[in-house]
Amino acid sequence: MTVSPPDAAGEAGTEWPLAVYRALREAGVTQASYVPDAGHARLIRALHDDAEVRTTVLTTEEEGIALAAGAWLGGARSVLLMQSSGVGNCINMLSLPATCRVPFLTLVTMRGEWAEFNPWQIPMGRGTSAALETMGVTLLRLERPEEAAEVVAAAASIAFDGDQQVAVLISQRMLGRKKWVEGK
Amino acid sequence: MSDMPGTLDRRRAVKVLLAERRDLLVVTGLGSPAYDVFDAGDHDGNFYLWGAMGGAALVGLGLALAQPARPVVVVTGDGEQIMGAGGLMTVAVARPGNLTIVVLDNGHYGETGMQRSHSGLGVRLDRVAQACGIEDAVEIADEAGLAAYRPTLLVTSGGPRFVRVRIASGHVERALPPRDGVFLKHRMRGHLGFAVT
Repeated sequence: MTVSPPDAAGEAGTEWPLAVYRALREAGVTQASYVPDAGHARLIRALHDDAEVRTTVLTTEEEGIALAAGAWLGGARSVLLMQSSGVGNCINMLSLPATCRVPFLTLVTMRGEWAEFNPWQIPMGRGTSAALETMGVTLLRLERPEEAAEVVAAAASIAFDGDQQVAVLISQRMLGRKKWVEGK
Repeated sequence: MSDMPGTLDRRRAVKVLLAERRDLLVVTGLGSPAYDVFDAGDHDGNFYLWGAMGGAALVGLGLALAQPARPVVVVTGDGEQIMGAGGLMTVAVARPGNLTIVVLDNGHYGETGMQRSHSGLGVRLDRVAQACGIEDAVEIADEAGLAAYRPTLLVTSGGPRFVRVRIASGHVERALPPRDGVFLKHRMRGHLGFAVT
């Protein structure tokens, strides 16, 4: 053998979406909705490939909050995947889980915060945390791929056991380790 | 014909639709549709939204996907559905066989001073739903039509379905359902067999 096995951090650097997928499934998530983002592409594929998970593509991010509330009413756990630019669309709909104390879990891939080439992404990227916190959402940051499973499991526990609204902000610096889709 | 104002009394229309509801679960949009559903008879299987405008159909979708053996109906107004118009596409592609969306359409925003909505200005919501991919989209303008449609609400396959009910725009006294969201959540979940922990 001339090829060395990848070290743990190197493997985590590329395999973290699958760690997130496993953490969501271990937390009992059976519904997933999304407005696509390149940073979520691998996780979305993994969720689509799982026959036990109902995946729903949305036209706008706040739909996923209403969907998650309905899922909880019916006894199911749902996760919403989106990019930071979508957080602004969600503000009023976050009243629904807050008022009804319905668990809500979202994973947000950040734009506009690290080596951003598109100026149009920067204002909402800068405002993402404040927008969520304004509506009472608990924030966890995912900065290192090797922590992906632990952070998502903790977030799911706060959401589904603690009856809270929780967002995991996945840092652009970490996403940047992966090549963006060609042409984007 | 379709552009003429509706003549159905909204309270009577919802009573006719929800008679013999059996295991039907009901999600309402905010405002008058919530009052109509409450007035037709409160039920543990009712979930009333008092906000979250534009979200009623999606709450219904999440519930329908989680409870595929139960029929689910969303009863909302034209203004609420228009705010969540994109959600009709989401419902269409998710293909929940057990979900029906009923829009009580008077062409106006009733809670805010009866301003005309897009529907009142010519947008046909049943056609919008159809164009979004909800093939089974119909318009009902009389009580006989509502009574004939009623059994379809209880069918858990073949959806999603969309019904535009053309109601009159006259004033109706308010009938206010519970507005404590935590209570309404626990009531629905309890009805479905999920214990409060």
